[in-house]
Amino acid sequence: MNNLNKNTLRIVALNHWYGQGVMRRHVLQSISMKISPGEVVLLTGPSGCGKTTLLTLIGALRKVQDGDIKVLGKQLYGASRKTRQNLRKDIGMIFQGHNLLRCLTAEQNVQMGADLLNGFSYGSRRAQSREWLRAVGLEDHMSKLPHDLSGGQKQRVAIARALAARPKLLLADEPTSALDSSTGREIVDLLKKLALEQSCSVLMVTHDPRILDVADRLLQMEDGQLLPSV
Amino acid sequence: MNLKKIFETRKIPLAWLLLTRQPLRILVAIAGISFAGILMFMQLGFRDGLFDASVTVHKLFNADLVLISPRSKSSISMSGFPRRRLVQTMGHKDVIGTTAVNWNFLLWRNPENLSTRSILALGFEPTKPLLIDSDFERKAETLKNKGRVLFDDLSRDEFGPISSWFNAGRLVETEVAGKRVRVSGIVSLGPSFGADGNLITSSETYLGLSPGNPKGSIEIGLVRLKDGSDIEKVVNSLNLNLPSDVKVMSLKSFIEFEKNYWKSSTSIGFIFTLGAAMGFIVGCVIVYQILYSDVSDHLPEYATLMAMGYNLRSLLGVVAREGFILSFMGYIPAYISGQALYALVRSSTKLPVEMSFSRASIIFCLILFMCMGSALAAMKKLADADPAEIF
Repeated sequence: MNNLNKNTLRIVALNHWYGQGVMRRHVLQSISMKISPGEVVLLTGPSGCGKTTLLTLIGALRKVQDGDIKVLGKQLYGASRKTRQNLRKDIGMIFQGHNLLRCLTAEQNVQMGADLLNGFSYGSRRAQSREWLRAVGLEDHMSKLPHDLSGGQKQRVAIARALAARPKLLLADEPTSALDSSTGREIVDLLKKLALEQSCSVLMVTHDPRILDVADRLLQMEDGQLLPSV
Repeated sequence: MNLKKIFETRKIPLAWLLLTRQPLRILVAIAGISFAGILMFMQLGFRDGLFDASVTVHKLFNADLVLISPRSKSSISMSGFPRRRLVQTMGHKDVIGTTAVNWNFLLWRNPENLSTRSILALGFEPTKPLLIDSDFERKAETLKNKGRVLFDDLSRDEFGPISSWFNAGRLVETEVAGKRVRVSGIVSLGPSFGADGNLITSSETYLGLSPGNPKGSIEIGLVRLKDGSDIEKVVNSLNLNLPSDVKVMSLKSFIEFEKNYWKSSTSIGFIFTLGAAMGFIVGCVIVYQILYSDVSDHLPEYATLMAMGYNLRSLLGVVAREGFILSFMGYIPAYISGQALYALVRSSTKLPVEMSFSRASIIFCLILFMCMGSALAAMKKLADADPAEIF
């Protein structure tokens, strides 16, 4: 029970600015939110409203300027570079443009994720990578380079890579934007299914109205502020 | 056990895959590094070969000490000194034998096409030892007849096909300094930077070929000592007791004396070292360019890896390993081409250019240094990989 009460993510009064002096813009304005373990949360809003900035702050890719962010029990405000770096291993990321390594095969790309795990032999990390590719339905494309895969297949590899590092929190930035609607739907369903099997929370930024129903909770953002939940 | 552990903890060999999945880029890199390596092999090989070639004959002398005129600067400008000085050394209790050697350049006529060319002629008394060569004594016997010479078969081809004619049983006769001589044997000495070829003859024949030679004057005196003599001590005592028109030195310092002339009084050392340095710099620029553009091209991928949780150090390691792999991949073809080119140089110039272990390892270190230095410079670009920018 204790575990359930512990939030995967807790943000209190987060502010963020870009630029200096008169050019300074207040892109995030006193954001507060929570994500429980195993919860799938979708974040929507017009472009430029600060969604991606919020995602990079949660992903420990940016220094927090003001406010509290606790990810998996670790305070990010004032966290050292090393703390942020270590935390990233527990946060899976899926990007708009898949960002696979061009020179690696699908299997090797997934293993780049599995290689972040400690205490497993090369053979077992390799087996896990194959298992993940099977789970995303790519068992016949393991030794293909990203160049030879379709957009949907690449995004599946990206999901397998993110999950192979066994994250507790998965951040996805418009994972369906480069895909057609039916493929996008499949990808999101797959993402949700696999994340839940790992009891991994998901925070997904999306513009895509067709996938909103996968969410346990929907957050809307506008001009750097979260709108009261519907 | 430890090896097994390393095998078990290994990860995807990213550096290797980055390189090998871009065949064109790695080919350019290997070509560039090999080119730099070959340039260094050639320049340093020529340099050392020329220095070694300058003492091919010196090294063969059967002597412990050497007497020369203090005015002699090198094998191409030997001055004479009175032969009496050599006889005087016999007064020292450790000296067991001496050989007087005349040393000068004479004109040799190629018996095939009748052109003339300058050849280094050595004259000595055939009853005395001259060279450390078990068979030499027998060949020297033939010089007791007047007008006979031993020809060096490693001399450049421009002197004529002497050894092949001689070995075929032909009577080989030609002119040296306008006088008729007959080749009575073949020796193997080797040309040097100063002399394209060598011939050995008796003092009597030598004086006939070179009538202007002052009477009783020789260019080199060879002195042999009793076994176990203290060479330094004998050199010092002879130098003290002999007049100043002669200089005594050990055979080793005589060899050094000659090499030193070519090193310090000519521009050979400087030119070839500079050539090798140019090769090194060209290689650095090529490797740096390759690695820098490789890092730039893959910047979003490096940023992705950082976002996934790989730290900067492990990514720097990828670039370092790329440099390390490139150094090996570039060195191997450079080494093989170096060997082939050395063989080519040996056959066409007859200079003793050999692949020495020390040069091979020095050039490997230079290539490694070149690749790792360039990798280090290219790593700076990695600082531009900002994981926050890839969303």
